Amino acid sequence: MSFRQTLRRTGYVAFMAAALAFFAVPMLWLASAPFDSDPGLGLRWPDWTLANWEATFSHPYALGSLVNSVVLCVVATAVTTVFATLAAYALSRVRIPGRDALLYLLLLLSSVVTGTAAMVPIFVMMFQLGLINSQYATGLVIAGGMLPAAIFILKDFIDSVPRSYEESARVFGASPTQVLLHVVLPVARPGIATILVWAFVQAWGNFLLPFLLLRDVDAQPAAVLLTTLKDEGGSANLNVIPVFSLLYAVPVVALYLFVSKRYGFRFHGGIKA
Amino acid sequence: MVSAPPAEVAAPRRVPGDRDTAGLGVARAIGFLAPGLLLIGLFLVFPALWTIYIGLTNYTLTGTTSTAPAFVGLDNFAEALDDALFGNALWLTLLFVIGSAVLGQNILGFALAWFLRGARVWLRRTVEAFVLLSWILPSVVVAYLWIAVLDRDGGTLGALLGSPGTAWLVEYPMASLIVFNTWRGTAFSMMLYSSALAAVPPSQLETARTMGASGWQTVRDVVFPHIRGHVLTNTLLISLWTANDFSPFLLTAGGPNHESETLPVFIYRQAISSGRLGYAAAISFLLLVVNLVVALVYLVLLRKRS
Repeated sequence: MSFRQTLRRTGYVAFMAAALAFFAVPMLWLASAPFDSDPGLGLRWPDWTLANWEATFSHPYALGSLVNSVVLCVVATAVTTVFATLAAYALSRVRIPGRDALLYLLLLLSSVVTGTAAMVPIFVMMFQLGLINSQYATGLVIAGGMLPAAIFILKDFIDSVPRSYEESARVFGASPTQVLLHVVLPVARPGIATILVWAFVQAWGNFLLPFLLLRDVDAQPAAVLLTTLKDEGGSANLNVIPVFSLLYAVPVVALYLFVSKRYGFRFHGGIKA
Repeated sequence: MVSAPPAEVAAPRRVPGDRDTAGLGVARAIGFLAPGLLLIGLFLVFPALWTIYIGLTNYTLTGTTSTAPAFVGLDNFAEALDDALFGNALWLTLLFVIGSAVLGQNILGFALAWFLRGARVWLRRTVEAFVLLSWILPSVVVAYLWIAVLDRDGGTLGALLGSPGTAWLVEYPMASLIVFNTWRGTAFSMMLYSSALAAVPPSQLETARTMGASGWQTVRDVVFPHIRGHVLTNTLLISLWTANDFSPFLLTAGGPNHESETLPVFIYRQAISSGRLGYAAAISFLLLVVNLVVALVYLVLLRKRS
């Protein structure tokens, strides 16, 4: 091996080691602090205990906020998936006047009107309607934000479903609704599952909208509660935060593993699924 | 981020054999579309348009102007021009976008994609898993992870450097946020460049190698011409996301003393903490316009490519 090759090899190994450390080291805290008898902000080998878990489970709002997260996510995900499937199917199969313009508009809307850019009018709207602290309303707002991207991706999926199935079903006298329910949906299942998981993960991780719209601690999902966990002294409650972070993060990771194992890791640009 | 736009999906196209095989009919198709469009209209289109109106008033969260806001024309925009804090927010957002998206995520993402190409399977899988994990973890959790890295007393970075006592988030807030966001978002660029690199003809890489080109020469002269379009669209997208990212709020809340107050945090603090909804709406409108311009350029580029 020449000197130059050795140098290159060393550089390569150094880069890989640095990259791996850069990405992995911050995450180790999530593995150590939940089990440490004196968890701090910073990484150390834990003095093993399960006391933090007891503290978390007996916290007055911790488990309730996870339930709130589920409620919020189920509303947002169900609405997004059902409405997006219906819309994508109609857009894929029927030439509605102005369809291409509508598709462009959806693509634009999904990236232009971000939660940040729309937080003021959305807050004002919910405030004036008296819907601050309403979990269902917040779920609908989140769904509204996810729908354009969901429709767009699902349309791509449904475009690739062979039309001959539908034609045969029609020949045998199936109604349009039956065709959708019994022919199209089963064939488009991977696409719908992807959107389902994507929507759930997006809603589960969303901080800004629940933070704006759910001011009452009884209605707040885990994402918001996690930022407000304080001990009696008013500083961050480090007995609860690490465990709760872990509990809150696990469903997201599990869903990704499930989808990538079942359907393969699909890469839809901005869509993390 | 509520809405992640589909990046590398082709622009809308007409499917061959585009016909109503299901016998839906236009009327029923519009019925299928209606619920989705209704929600999009209520929670995306209407707020975007309403921002313009609120931005032209002196509407506030409390006080007399909360019940009877007055139309003030372009006063809010005129005020923004004179507002040193707004100028500060613009400048910090620019720093944040250039540092963490245009440079950080782009370069690190490409480097990872390039060097992982020929790596052993276990190494590739391990590195990719961690990079992806940093992307999919919820933002609130990620914020705590980095607070633990950068904390003054027991923080991991201080311990690794052997010199605790530096409060990174207080002393170097913008640098901290830039490193944080590079960590957070590199996965997207890495995946995009991985798939772009797969389209570079192996024969050309082979030729470059036999002619003794260095790695850098190969990237510059052989690879880059193939992926130029991807670099452009990727940069636009990650810049747009970064400019709209609310995570800085979770790490520094804009502090200390506005030193890390990027536009999203500025808007939040003006609207909710100070209750100046009209002024915050005017600033939001400017952000919407910038988003719109970037997204339009992006669509035009996509269309050109396909």
